[in-house]
Amino acid sequence: MSTGYQIVVLGSVVPDPLQTLEPAQTPQGPGLKNELMLPHVLDPWAAHALYEAANLAARTPGSKVTLLSLGPKAKLQQVMMAVGQRVPFELVALDGPAGGFTDPHEVAARLADAVKALPGLDRSRLLLFGGWESASRGAGVTLQLVGERLEIPDQFQGVDQLTPGPDGAFEVLERVEGGRHQVSSCAGAPAVLGWATGSLGEPKNNPQVGMANMRAIMPALQKAAPAPVGTGRVEYLSVAVPRTQRETRIVKDMSPDDVARELVEWIAQD
Amino acid sequence: MDTVLLLTHTEADGGLPRAALEALSAARAVGGPLAVGLFGASVERAAAALAGAGATKVLAVEGPAFDDPRYGTDAAAATALAKASGATVVVAPATSRMARVAAGVAQRLGGRVDTHVTQVASDGGVAITRWFYKQRIEAKLRREERPWVLLVDPGAYPAATVEGGASPVVERLALSADGLTRTKVLGLRAPSSGEQTIRPDAKLLFVAGAGWTKKQASGKPEPERAEQLILGLLRSAGASLGSSKSLVDQAGEGQKVFEFMTHLNQVGQTGSTPRHPKGLATCCHGEEPHVVGWRFIRERRAVNLDAGCGWARGKADVLYVADAFAVMEKVNALLAAKR
Repeated sequence: MSTGYQIVVLGSVVPDPLQTLEPAQTPQGPGLKNELMLPHVLDPWAAHALYEAANLAARTPGSKVTLLSLGPKAKLQQVMMAVGQRVPFELVALDGPAGGFTDPHEVAARLADAVKALPGLDRSRLLLFGGWESASRGAGVTLQLVGERLEIPDQFQGVDQLTPGPDGAFEVLERVEGGRHQVSSCAGAPAVLGWATGSLGEPKNNPQVGMANMRAIMPALQKAAPAPVGTGRVEYLSVAVPRTQRETRIVKDMSPDDVARELVEWIAQD
Repeated sequence: MDTVLLLTHTEADGGLPRAALEALSAARAVGGPLAVGLFGASVERAAAALAGAGATKVLAVEGPAFDDPRYGTDAAAATALAKASGATVVVAPATSRMARVAAGVAQRLGGRVDTHVTQVASDGGVAITRWFYKQRIEAKLRREERPWVLLVDPGAYPAATVEGGASPVVERLALSADGLTRTKVLGLRAPSSGEQTIRPDAKLLFVAGAGWTKKQASGKPEPERAEQLILGLLRSAGASLGSSKSLVDQAGEGQKVFEFMTHLNQVGQTGSTPRHPKGLATCCHGEEPHVVGWRFIRERRAVNLDAGCGWARGKADVLYVADAFAVMEKVNALLAAKR
């Protein structure tokens, strides 16, 4: 009997965070202008979760990492070409919109059903990973909702570290107020862990990993089930980019002493 | 008309988290009859603090099992309170403890959840404002489904004024914690550097960019000098430290950069979007710290060597084109002299 973890990472694609975004109205509700033309990446928090999952699996023999991703198939394919080079995982894809204005409750229902349908799923070994937020909706609720639907009673958010113990228990560091971590001990899987940034750097591309991943990623994309999630019963009254252009006073040719004096006066003002 | 529940945990001393009175302001904006739900080891002080809040009833789940912030017990307590109140709109402060359970509670109630709420309006039905795409797009929306759980961002509302008055009797709900969780909270841990650099209550956010690690006039990087200058400012001005992603990533990759810097300091991208009255960015040229990281900073100034810095221009009130090392040395000296 295997003793490793079944780590399921939930994560989808988002527009590259450095892109300028502009909202647009679509027949399905609010969206982004030229959304499908924008370069996409794996959501940065989900990426941290994936790298932490791969790291944990590498340290825990018998473990397996599955990336469950709901997004437009074409975008998933582009992004997986890059992500697949980094760490070993198995992809399960759902073909549907990944925009920030989709309803997380609809998304969570689809994802929970997909987790339940994973072949050989063993709840006693299940760790459900994901980002504690996303760079699209940024609500930090989808993972919790999926965890609830799977009736997992131990959930952690803002996780920066997971340390397995010898008895199946593990210690978790979660971000709390004031730049501190709450330290908790959980008796073992199943559990939900919403990752902040963790402490791992981005893994370097590994051609061998890429080759192995690609053999399974392409078939997984081909059989991606449709998941037409929408905006639910949300009525968007307005969607806009706030105009917050400031009149910037450019100060050149001022000595460091004078700049410092001005800054100290400014800092002291109430 | 919607009925409203202000839902919050209590602190270890039995008092209210500070953001709870801000959430009360948001709850009042809904406009309906207000109930209060409290959970924690003890709720007496919190209930007393809300005596003049105008609540029609105060419900509580109380006991040692509900002292620690953990999902299983907190979600059960919050769900029981929301059900007992019968509220159609549940307003909670976005503390880390409430954020951990808000969506789970909404799911258990058969309702819906929205987080990072910055404004609540009640014109023609309850509507909320929140941000999407990392504070780049703002939307106002409403939902038909109830109960609707709203998590209000700290700093979005002023703390409500609670006039003195008699508190309604606290109705305590009986809730067993048996079998609710397999998690034990062991305590809190500060960053390994030993230096507290994140101060949410600070008036000034000091944002350090990757320029602090670049070659200086001496022809080589001067990380030790940069470390002294940054820490000097944090100590003398009582400032909180923010960082660009590139700078914290350098630290995470094992380079000798700044030992006090961790991913917790990062603003923008996968970092935080803090709220301070003033922000000073130094040696920083990226979009993220200036756009997302500064979204809720009221007064902003920047010091860097590029007068054309596209992200400081239009985002900062003042851009000083100067050597941040030289300027911060003088700033620290002046602040030290003032003390």
